[in-house]
Amino acid sequence: MQFSPEVLIVVGPLIAAAFAGLLQRYIGDRVAMIVTTASIGLSLVLSWPIFIDFVWGEGHEKLIEIAPFIHVGDFQSTWSVRIDTMSAIMLVVVNTVSFLVHLYSWGYMSEDPHKARFFSYLSFFTFAMLALVTANDFIQLFFGWEGVGVASYLLIGFWYQKRSANDAAIKAFVTNRVGDFGFALGIMAVFFLLGTIQFFPSSADHAALFSGVVNGVEVPGLLHHLEGLNLTIGSLSVPAAELCAVLLFIGAMGKSAQFFLHVWLPDAMEGPTPVSALIHAATMVTAGVFMVCRLGELYHMAPIASGIVTIVGAATALFAATVGLAQNDIKRVVAYSTCSQLGYMFFAAGVGAYNAAMFHLFTHAFFKALLFLGAGSVIHGLHHEQDMRYMGGVRKPMMITWAMMTIGTFALIGFGIPGLGGFAGFYSKDAIIEAAYGSSGIGAQFAFWCGVTAALLTSFYSWRLAFMTFEGKYRGNPDAHHHDDHAHGDAHAHDDHGHGHDAHAKPADGTAPAHESPWVMLIPLFVLAAGAVAAGAIFAPYFLGEHAAEFWNHVVPLAHAEGGHHDFPAWVIWAPLTVTVTGFIFAVIFYLWKPGAAKAMAGGPVWAFLYNKWYFDELYDFIFVKGARAFGDLFWKVGDKRLIDGLGPDGVAATSNFFSRNLRRLQTGFVYHYSFIMLIAAVAFGAYAILAGIGGGR
Amino acid sequence: MSEFVAGWPILSIVTFLPAAGALLILLSRASARGENVGYDNGVKLLTLLITIATFVASLFAFAAFDFRNPDYQLQESIPWAFGASYAMGVDTLAMSLVMLTTFLTPICILASWVIEKQVSSYMVLFLILESLMIGVFCAQDIILFYIFFEAGLIPMFILIGVWGGERRVYAAFKFFLYTLLGSLLMLVAIIYMIAVAGTSNIPALTAFAQGGGFSPDVQIWLWLAFFASFAVKMPMWPVHTWLPDAHVEAPTAASVVLAAILLKMGGYGFLRFSLPMFPDASHYFTPFVFLLSVIAIVWASLVAFRQVDMKKLIAYSSVAHMGFVTMGIFSGNEQGIQGAIFQMLSHGIISGALFLCVGVVYDRMHTREIAFYGGLVNRMPVYAAVFMLFTMGNVGLPGTSGFPGEILTMVGAFQVNAWIAAAAALGVIFSAAYALTLYRKVALGNIENPKLDKIADLDAREWVQFVPLVIATLIMGLAPTYVLDFTANSAQTIISQFAGAAQ
Repeated sequence: MQFSPEVLIVVGPLIAAAFAGLLQRYIGDRVAMIVTTASIGLSLVLSWPIFIDFVWGEGHEKLIEIAPFIHVGDFQSTWSVRIDTMSAIMLVVVNTVSFLVHLYSWGYMSEDPHKARFFSYLSFFTFAMLALVTANDFIQLFFGWEGVGVASYLLIGFWYQKRSANDAAIKAFVTNRVGDFGFALGIMAVFFLLGTIQFFPSSADHAALFSGVVNGVEVPGLLHHLEGLNLTIGSLSVPAAELCAVLLFIGAMGKSAQFFLHVWLPDAMEGPTPVSALIHAATMVTAGVFMVCRLGELYHMAPIASGIVTIVGAATALFAATVGLAQNDIKRVVAYSTCSQLGYMFFAAGVGAYNAAMFHLFTHAFFKALLFLGAGSVIHGLHHEQDMRYMGGVRKPMMITWAMMTIGTFALIGFGIPGLGGFAGFYSKDAIIEAAYGSSGIGAQFAFWCGVTAALLTSFYSWRLAFMTFEGKYRGNPDAHHHDDHAHGDAHAHDDHGHGHDAHAKPADGTAPAHESPWVMLIPLFVLAAGAVAAGAIFAPYFLGEHAAEFWNHVVPLAHAEGGHHDFPAWVIWAPLTVTVTGFIFAVIFYLWKPGAAKAMAGGPVWAFLYNKWYFDELYDFIFVKGARAFGDLFWKVGDKRLIDGLGPDGVAATSNFFSRNLRRLQTGFVYHYSFIMLIAAVAFGAYAILAGIGGGR
Repeated sequence: MSEFVAGWPILSIVTFLPAAGALLILLSRASARGENVGYDNGVKLLTLLITIATFVASLFAFAAFDFRNPDYQLQESIPWAFGASYAMGVDTLAMSLVMLTTFLTPICILASWVIEKQVSSYMVLFLILESLMIGVFCAQDIILFYIFFEAGLIPMFILIGVWGGERRVYAAFKFFLYTLLGSLLMLVAIIYMIAVAGTSNIPALTAFAQGGGFSPDVQIWLWLAFFASFAVKMPMWPVHTWLPDAHVEAPTAASVVLAAILLKMGGYGFLRFSLPMFPDASHYFTPFVFLLSVIAIVWASLVAFRQVDMKKLIAYSSVAHMGFVTMGIFSGNEQGIQGAIFQMLSHGIISGALFLCVGVVYDRMHTREIAFYGGLVNRMPVYAAVFMLFTMGNVGLPGTSGFPGEILTMVGAFQVNAWIAAAAALGVIFSAAYALTLYRKVALGNIENPKLDKIADLDAREWVQFVPLVIATLIMGLAPTYVLDFTANSAQTIISQFAGAAQ
């Protein structure tokens, strides 16, 4: 057993979560909040120096093995903390966003009666996520993977009185399990083929870490040994690397809400908004991207699997953006936007630009958390109104939130001038689009066009959100409390909003009767906004540019390490900016200049198709939910009852009736006599049979 | 401590301590002249003390036991008549199941505190049952094994038939007929084996079989006869339908014992007899067992999804989980067998705990109907948290003891047949669906049923009941390696016996 600060980063939040969760009755809300927030703060303070060391310092890779987890033969999983470029990036992303979300929740959840439980869950989530990103083998990764899943389940269903929240929580967990089905099989396949489930050798010897070369790229891990192997199942023989990569990607599709398995993410917005920011935007949903990049050496030698990653990612980027156009719930718009941005990350990884994928993950964490927390601030300010149709005119009463949301919007649409610079999203998103253009991989050109189109739509729906929320006249909600998100189940939560009673009377000047959020909620917005503005410009040279080779240190295969824009035609470089501005102009026309035009469009068949999310929920409900019920009933009522029991025990029902009459005598008492008589009879019978048998045998 | 028990027949002490306690209660009843509440409480307390003493005794046995030694240990042997002997001894597999039994029985007794009808008879039966269960795992003579194995039916039959629910008679007979029918075939096979091998000693029989004593053709018949008994006990599809009925009607503690320990005798039997003694037949039947295992997993999971009775749902989920065990055992490799043993131990704790969770609300409301409940978390937050943990254990969440067994058995099966592992992995999806739906319906939401308005959270007795199970679930989930290291030796031996004869 070793102990070091790195271990504390991971385990600290677990201890805090257990403390706050188990002792909540005795320590009270305040102590629980202080302990959990402080422990994440400590993890934050400890993780930034590690990241800085990788960016500007030497970059010390480490593997700390704490204790054995599951050791059976060659199947060896060890509780470990692996520190390298990948985990260093994730440590700062997770701890920064988590700390800010903890802080923000002091304000956002101030009226909730279950604060200690909430903070305990948040910290537990952080622990599981940290265990995931610092894993050195598949099983610890899977532990974190399912751990964040259960934290997500608990937090989506945090307001447990609400049926819709509980259903959304189950949907999230079960859909993720569908992904985990593939993930688990992927792990089994890797173990079957390689006889190990470790990513990297345990050896502390640094030189030994660079153990192989795949397609001309040095890689540090063990998975490259899959190269050239085939897996034969029955009469089928498939390239091992391709199979493992596809199976594992199914897991990533579930966790990162990719096309086909995306249905849970929008519903997950039933959870409190800080949860959406932390789990369903910045961290957990990026775990799939993290995994694909972590296993870069595997995907690097699996062109077909990478093609699938590219196509699924690109399709998701476009699909989610189209659905985002037609949603009215402010959180759902941001959720579909998250889904779409995750698609970008995946197709970046699919075309081999793992560094660009990770960079977009990094910048996206800042601006998407900013947008979610900003949306939460609006929801809080408008007394838990989430429907944008009933917003408008919020800018004046919530100037700070408006300013921060605007920064987030600029970052999300990736605004920037090629050659000069821009917001954080500009660096990462443009790098992805260019990488797709420059790649000859399967589906790369499809991904390029999806990426450009999705960028247009992203700009449109982002400005639509901004305009519908902040500009124009306050529209108000005719039947206020019906659209209420905050189902505390008890009315006092709303009464605490003393100043909110006249909220729904429309003021004459068209401004919303909103109030700016408290400082504890605004300060996290400032920090994230700073990241959304500057994180791209500061870190692009390391993730993508001239320092990339030292920064990544072979942890992901760097096919596109050269950086710079000079390789691409001018139209490719300028395409993202062009579509972004176009989207902005359309949003101005539809939502500021001629608001009637948007309303006229709403109600058409295309709009209904988008509004209903391409009818995925209805389709899945019909096939899977009803299908499972039908099969369950069939197996139970026909299989078990009619066939098995009907032909078996119930066929001799007359016998049991006969016995039952006799059994009633047992109940009159003296049961123990009977039991002993039967015991003795059984022994005698057994002995007699055996002796007779032996006698006969000889 | 090992010096302390040296020379003592420690296994016999562990095995018969409960039976001695039962005798003590019988004697006390003879002198008590009529039963009353005070007497009943005294009996409950005495029974609890006896089972705790048994657990302590098993700890001594555990301390005297060397898990690095692959042989049978703590052996005792007294010659009986006609070559048979009273032989006891345990390897790491048996030892771990003995510990599971002695650990769970005091918890069952606590859960039986609510019994008011014929208390002393109930406790006597329970103690006899414990003796017989421990005996099954300790017996080193196949006749002795068979006697313990069969006799265990009787107290369980009576516990269900007398203290059970409305359809207890039907359930008790279904249970009895199914299990008895299977074991009669096994008895015939045992008689044949003794006649051929000339010994009833299990290690000797194993050696005889390993030496090629049973030809592959004979093995097929013997294997089938044993399979008839163990498959019913497990229970495997399609002989599983007795289990949901038995569980539904059984009193809480009997359900716990049934799920946690009696079902394990099937798995134990496969590992102790089928694989080592009939290795060729086991190889031959592996695809058959695999098929039945995955049918059980998928079938039972889907049926569980549709249940309206809490106990029936958990019973069907037990059938699915036992499917992982049989799949792991017959994969015949280290991950599969280790996973199967782990899954048996873990299922003992988790399913036992889940039945206790049902018992808690059943004791208060006297119904197990899922639709009756809802919103319990509002009145019973501690209960809801405990129930959540075990629900997650049932789902196989990493970090609980439910995970290592599931993943290891699947890893083991994948090495033999990837399709089987893939089909079993479907169960991972289904288990999440039915377990979380159950939890939502029972614990979450608002309290809609006015009868639940005053329902009380866990009392002190129930706390004591759950705390050891919670700790065991988490320790086995976070540091399963200690259990796995313990059972490694037995698993290795069985693997070599299974693999050796195949060549």
